[in-house]
Amino acid sequence: MSDEREAPNRLPAGGSIDRDRPLSFTFDGKSYSGYAGDTLASALLANGVVLMGRSFKYHRPRGLIAAGSEEPNALMQLEKGDRTEPNTRATCIELYSGLSATSQNRWPSLSFDIGAVNSLVSRFIPAGFYYKTFMWPASMWLTYEKFIRKAAGLGVSPTAPDPDRYENTHAHCEVLVVGAGPAGIAAAAAAAASGARVLLIDEQNEAGGSLLASATGEQEPVRAWIADAVEQLQSNPDVTILKRTTVTGYFDYNYLTALEKVTDHLPPGSDPVAPRQRFWKIRARQVVIAAGAIERPLVFADNDRPGVMLANAVNTYINRYAVLPGRNIVVFTNNDSAYRTALNAANKGAEVVVVDTRREVDNTLVESLKNAGIKHFPGHAIVSVQGKLAVGAVRIMPLSEDGKTVQGQAWELSCDCIANSGGWTPSVHLFSQSGGKLAYRDGIAAFVPDAATVRSVNPCFSAGACNGTFSTTDCLSEGATAGRAAAIAAGFPGSDVQLPASDPASDDRGQGDIHPLWLVPTVHPVGEGAAKHFHDFQNDVTAADIHLAAREGYLSVEHLKRYTTTGMATDQGKTSNLNALAIMADIRGAQIPEVGTTTFRPPYTPVTLGAIAGQETGELFLQVRQTPMHRWHVEHNAVFEDVGDWKRPRYYPLGVEDMHAAVQRECAAVRDRVGILDASTLGKIDIQGEDAAEFLEMIYTNGWKKLAVGGCRYGLMLNEHGMIFDDGVTSRLGEHHFHMTTTTGGAARVLNWLEEWLQTEWPQMNVYCTSVTEQWAVAAINGPRARELLSTLTDIDLSTEAFPFMTTSEGQVAGVPARIYRISFTGELSYEINVPARYGRYLWDTLIEAGKAFDLCPYGTESMHVLRAEKGFIIVGQDTDGTVTPHDVDMSWIVSDKKDDFLGKRSLSRLDTARDGRPQLVGLLTEDPAFVLPEGAHIVSQVLDKPPMPTIGHVTSSYLSPNLGRSIALALLQNGKNRKGDTVQVQLMDGTVINAQVSSTVFVDEKGERARG
Amino acid sequence: MILINCPYCGERDQTEFACHGEAHIARPTDTASLTDEQWGDYVFFRTNPKGIHYERWVHVHGCRRWFNAVRHTVQDEILATYEVGAPRPDVGGQQ
Repeated sequence: MSDEREAPNRLPAGGSIDRDRPLSFTFDGKSYSGYAGDTLASALLANGVVLMGRSFKYHRPRGLIAAGSEEPNALMQLEKGDRTEPNTRATCIELYSGLSATSQNRWPSLSFDIGAVNSLVSRFIPAGFYYKTFMWPASMWLTYEKFIRKAAGLGVSPTAPDPDRYENTHAHCEVLVVGAGPAGIAAAAAAAASGARVLLIDEQNEAGGSLLASATGEQEPVRAWIADAVEQLQSNPDVTILKRTTVTGYFDYNYLTALEKVTDHLPPGSDPVAPRQRFWKIRARQVVIAAGAIERPLVFADNDRPGVMLANAVNTYINRYAVLPGRNIVVFTNNDSAYRTALNAANKGAEVVVVDTRREVDNTLVESLKNAGIKHFPGHAIVSVQGKLAVGAVRIMPLSEDGKTVQGQAWELSCDCIANSGGWTPSVHLFSQSGGKLAYRDGIAAFVPDAATVRSVNPCFSAGACNGTFSTTDCLSEGATAGRAAAIAAGFPGSDVQLPASDPASDDRGQGDIHPLWLVPTVHPVGEGAAKHFHDFQNDVTAADIHLAAREGYLSVEHLKRYTTTGMATDQGKTSNLNALAIMADIRGAQIPEVGTTTFRPPYTPVTLGAIAGQETGELFLQVRQTPMHRWHVEHNAVFEDVGDWKRPRYYPLGVEDMHAAVQRECAAVRDRVGILDASTLGKIDIQGEDAAEFLEMIYTNGWKKLAVGGCRYGLMLNEHGMIFDDGVTSRLGEHHFHMTTTTGGAARVLNWLEEWLQTEWPQMNVYCTSVTEQWAVAAINGPRARELLSTLTDIDLSTEAFPFMTTSEGQVAGVPARIYRISFTGELSYEINVPARYGRYLWDTLIEAGKAFDLCPYGTESMHVLRAEKGFIIVGQDTDGTVTPHDVDMSWIVSDKKDDFLGKRSLSRLDTARDGRPQLVGLLTEDPAFVLPEGAHIVSQVLDKPPMPTIGHVTSSYLSPNLGRSIALALLQNGKNRKGDTVQVQLMDGTVINAQVSSTVFVDEKGERARG
Repeated sequence: MILINCPYCGERDQTEFACHGEAHIARPTDTASLTDEQWGDYVFFRTNPKGIHYERWVHVHGCRRWFNAVRHTVQDEILATYEVGAPRPDVGGQQ
């Protein structure tokens, strides 16, 4: 037992807390003690803490109203530093040793909050206030927003990375049962008895559902049956039970998500193995929803004062947590279920008064109150609540026959807790998410699932309180029926389960005969007087706001929701939606079903983003592709660039070199001597089959049938719009065998493109395409001394006569099998040496060693870009953007006019594609040779004082060329072909205008002699 | 998150597939003889029905085979899948 003095509201016995395990925790810096089995909410309540937060808009003092995940008020900032989490519900946090929580949305302190001044001016900040006030002038919104966001507050996000681990996991089952109350357990038992694989999921840390709130001795046969059934389910290998797990979403084809709080009930970081939370992705053949029901509050004057709680929550705190929330409790209800709370509270020593809006109440209940010495006020209503930071007293008055007004003798009852019940709202969230429609049932005054509207792709059954069935006995039988039906629908024989004998005397019949009273009148009409009738506590929305929305024409439920923000807080209106609809229906003089409901959307309760990301963070966020030579690049100080998923060396700085210096050095080395580039990432596709050449004729713009075996050819691929889509060199290795290369980033796209045509349009073609990108490692040596270097490592005759430009040859290089392509992306003498990937690093090392004699220089993609730009070679996706034809980039030479057809050909003669004056690729030489234009800069037709200026093109590539000693650029310029020699103006971001001369796109070796040498 | 019955692999999660738009659009053979309008119709115009839609899908993270599917665009349900080249299946008289 704890040495510390027992908390004031803790009952001396009972509850499912472990009194042998006291736990200390802090709230707003003050230390308290609770027990294992407490929630943060129950432990605070036990310690007499009633004030737990400030409301969102008016900063009104707020306390607990619920005991479960529907809690709108008691939102906590849990823990500190990198583990801090805002807006956690105190009712869902299991107490652990050392827990630290702070209240939110208050400054400087919870009991003295400056923001509460909003409450004084609340008359001037009704629904829609922000929309109306801060809309004009529009330019000021950014200023307003900062203040509004700060004032709106609630919790604060952590700023450091989340130190906890999360997991994603997939599960398949025949029957998924959501909720482990009486209905859910009966369903799981029935389905499991058939042999189906069953997944039973519940939000709580133990099974039992509504029974967890029942008193010792209540419904003993049912409790015993549940305990036995759970034990059997636990020992069944085909059954998985997930506790502390919330089904958060119901998606198509019975795909459901669930969040399991694996170690949230332990001190943070204390479990070395298990993740903090696990996000489940479940595919179920059949689903049984047994999600229960949520009690809704009565909407009465100042019903948000701390100490006003839901009746069943009070019952839960008494029975489950051994906490008596008040000594003087007023139970205020319009239905039967709150009588159980009254009796239990009286039994634990509280002074209890029951105020019932109904004039006629079941005689047994009246008798039981009498026996317990509880005062009863039928036909009465609470008209006001006294007390600011906590409830002190209430005034009650008799209700008129129609419930619209109060009249007659008023009574003042002093109290420290109001346990109120406006009836029970079935949790139809998941059914609604599944696409099923809801039907309003008058007898219970609530929406229930319409079983006739279950979608064929989302087969599911609803059972128990979520289906509007409130008696425990009926929940059990309905659950068993649903579980059996689900198993049969999933292809299993139906099995019956033995249910406990029903005992009408002890059965919990829930709300019984409810007489809805959606808005409790007071002496003032709604909206007048100082009192507020809250229906949505978390977003601070009142009945007066609904009246205002109606007056301003926001009558549709979707408009009402957005205008007043009803139901849009983190609790998604679990306790408020039905009250709001009913109040609106009353204003409109309509029936509730005519008003309808808003759409329920996932997640049911908030989900941590970390849980959705799961393991896929840090290094596992994205796959990384590395070439066989990668380690060498790392060892030699390469700076890497991401190209697709590949890591490519961008440049290799020597000493203190920056990128500019390194690139200038590398580019010069390639033109003067010889450089080496890791080209392994280029997409490579092996194409074989009798119709391979025919196929390429359709894929590329130029001709392929006449390409000799051993020949290489550059090709452009167009889409059917006639726009450039990819490019690369393809080589003919045999009569029916080609080796295609693609851009690094386009490899997968191109392979899919080829497959698409082969499989859908030309299935008669005998062609097979295989990705061989990762099978070959490629070292490209470029520069005037490339031949000399390579000749030291191979016997292949490298003379131009034997091995001319644009051909390929096979042989040994450095003793390993190799295929060499004499093709060039730099305009220099170049050999691209391909070896099986496993020899890649060996080939590279050998070339580097042999290259020492030639001052071989490794270069990266940045130099590659400069070198190719000096030659005017395009990069697809940089110099083209999906709106560029071959003619636009001055490559008409590659478009065959001999072929009848190829992909995109017909589009090239379309009116718009063939017109003059399209944006065309040109070179640009700035007037100031040292000035390098920024890529993306616009060429303008008219220079104005300030932007915007009319644009006629933009810079696509721009570099300082070391070989020319000046800047060069490529640009897409309207009518560019006819503007060669003109001077154009390029506008920079700061408004500066730079003059540049339009030139040819080829800046170096226009005749292309160097590559052929 | 729908399930798709690949004609070659069986039922798989939607994340393994990619949709490439309307099916049964044959590429014109004699493209040179087409008017701009006829060619434009093939390149740019597709139906966008509310209801039954015939689509091309590819099991891109699986067998990499192309196939056709009949999908109801309102319910987002796949009513049938079939091999490329096979005739449009009967989906219970729905059109």
